[in-house]
Amino acid sequence: MEVNYENGLNLKATELRLGLPGTDEPERQTTLRPNKRTLSEISCSGVTDDGNDDHQESAPPAKAQVVGWPPIRSYRKNCLQAKKNEVEGTAGRYVKVSVDGAAYLRKIDLKAYRSYPELLEALEKMFKLTIGAYSETEGYCGSEYAPTYEDKDGDWMLVGDVLWEMFISSCKRLRIMKGSETRGMGCL
Amino acid sequence: METSELKRSKDSVNSYESARRSSFPDEVLERVLFLLKSHRDRSSVSLVCKDWYNAERWSRTHVFIGNCYSVSPEIVARRFPRIRSVTLKGKPRFSDFNLVPENWGADIHAWLVVFAAKFPFLEELRLKRMAISDESLEFLAVSFPNFKALSLLSCDGFSTNGLAAIATHCKNLIELDIQENGIDDIGGSWLSCFPESFTTLEVLNFANLTSDINFDTLEKLVGRCKSMRVLKLNRSVSLEQLQRLLVNAPRLAELGTGLFSQELTIREYEELESALSHCKNMHTLSGLWDAKGIYLPALYLACTHLTFLNLSYAALQSVEVAKLLAHCPRLKRLWVLDTVEDKGLEAVGLNCPLLEELRVFPADPFDDEIVHGVTDAGFVAVSFGCPRLHYVLYFCSQMTNAAVATIVQNCPDFTHFRLCIMNPGQPDYLTNEPMDEAFGAVCVLSGCPKLRKLEIRDCPFGNAALLSGLEKYESMRSLWMSACNVTMNGCRLLAREMPWLNVEVMKEDGSDDSQADKVYVYRSIAGPRRDSPPSVLTL
Repeated sequence: MEVNYENGLNLKATELRLGLPGTDEPERQTTLRPNKRTLSEISCSGVTDDGNDDHQESAPPAKAQVVGWPPIRSYRKNCLQAKKNEVEGTAGRYVKVSVDGAAYLRKIDLKAYRSYPELLEALEKMFKLTIGAYSETEGYCGSEYAPTYEDKDGDWMLVGDVLWEMFISSCKRLRIMKGSETRGMGCL
Repeated sequence: METSELKRSKDSVNSYESARRSSFPDEVLERVLFLLKSHRDRSSVSLVCKDWYNAERWSRTHVFIGNCYSVSPEIVARRFPRIRSVTLKGKPRFSDFNLVPENWGADIHAWLVVFAAKFPFLEELRLKRMAISDESLEFLAVSFPNFKALSLLSCDGFSTNGLAAIATHCKNLIELDIQENGIDDIGGSWLSCFPESFTTLEVLNFANLTSDINFDTLEKLVGRCKSMRVLKLNRSVSLEQLQRLLVNAPRLAELGTGLFSQELTIREYEELESALSHCKNMHTLSGLWDAKGIYLPALYLACTHLTFLNLSYAALQSVEVAKLLAHCPRLKRLWVLDTVEDKGLEAVGLNCPLLEELRVFPADPFDDEIVHGVTDAGFVAVSFGCPRLHYVLYFCSQMTNAAVATIVQNCPDFTHFRLCIMNPGQPDYLTNEPMDEAFGAVCVLSGCPKLRKLEIRDCPFGNAALLSGLEKYESMRSLWMSACNVTMNGCRLLAREMPWLNVEVMKEDGSDDSQADKVYVYRSIAGPRRDSPPSVLTL
């Protein structure tokens, strides 16, 4: 049995006979060899059921890492594994916000904002206060409040110094400092 | 051009063929042939007549051996006495995917011993899928006083101690290119083995080593090697350190960054951007580990002349990569992760009309619940915008026969078509038919008569495929069939019919005696090899 293509390629001439399509699914099954460990271990819907289970363990692993599949180099596979482990450890997006003098803390989702101005505006609204304008050299000018955050290293940093994406990935919590503590840090 | 020169001289030889051998002095012929670099041309030249065969072999300085078992080092040395550069490939390609037993062979040492005796002026060695020990690397380092270039890809058996030996002893080293290998990375101190007086390095690639290196040492090395044109760093080098290196090496043609993710102040970012913008000669950019989208604009000015961009270690989103590609109009080769999705590939089609090679790797190959990734749509989009595409590696979640037909129609020059649908055995998701038509479309339009290597796995091909058209093995370098339907008897028959083919079978534990689990067939003038491990049977 062979398949004829529209362009008239006669497979019989090369005798490289291709797998049989659709209707011959059952036959395709039996051509899978008994010691074929690869396909039988992958739990995918739609894949032919490999009846030859000589090597199947009692509890077939659902996400088994199969020998030679997928066909990517070991180096790359190892890189991806390492990265997965790394990603699991990064700071989340919901952070606590405290304001000096306020009775209780709030929680915000940093992902909801796309820039510093948006974040600061939201904080101003939430706590009914004014935060002032950011300056690289002077800190926050024009109010008694200065927004700060605790980063991955545990240090308290002024909000606005680093690029936004870096900030939201390393920010663990926010603290809006007030009054005497901010003196010396800004241009009051 | 050399070829027309040869044609003219060939004509003149033919017309005087009966009497005038000495009318074309050998020295002149050798001088002309010395300029010939292409292997195909040299093969043709050597077949013209005995004089030309001799002239060619004396003028050849570089030999390429696609399968280390197809010939022996003694035969090579006998035929080509003046070799200075060797490229050697060993294990079958599927060894990259752990489908070949570890002790399979392809050990470089026997070759090095012959080379040390016959080619003491050897300058370059490029190895792919060979087994190399630290002892071999040390032997190499001390045996060839003129040694200039070492390149290793997909090799294994050595550690960073071997690199230390190279750095210590190779006083004239120009190139140290350590690509993806199974290297035992013990530590970064090998870099300190380059002497203070050493200044000749032009190519340094240690991108795929994981351990930390001493940045101070690296900075000094880069500073004193004024001709450095290729520098590929590993993850341990930060963005800030990258900026310091670039300031000293603006003439870099190929750059592999280290980790491309760090909390930079705005000033530090601007300094990095400035340093990169001064790299006007850059044609290859790689590394970019964990690249954050926001830092990519720093690269824009460096991308103008880029022909090869490797983003396969940066999980970028479609919008980010689209913005970057808008600055890469001359791109010929692009490697990405499937996080860019089909939209990102549309941007490829829109921005990179000169593209010839595309590789899309899976970011999460073991995740059953792949919702994202790329599909047939992305590949088709690229094919519409990039008619010169001829080399593709594509890991996707779904594909259709129709898409493949469209792709090969848009891109008629395909030489390498590697498609991997992440769920094995997945049919065409639209028609639910197997992907046979796609297979046929590619084969027909790529021209099977020119087949050099054929690799088949997990397919129901049997002895008929193995034994039909035996003459095809004359022009093919090798054939690999694993998890197919080939039997031992079929292999024995092939071995009997074609005595100049090596037919090797790798048996798996516990498999049926009559089945040939993995078959590797290749032509060889060196005869059956004598160093195969017990799990490999030569028939």
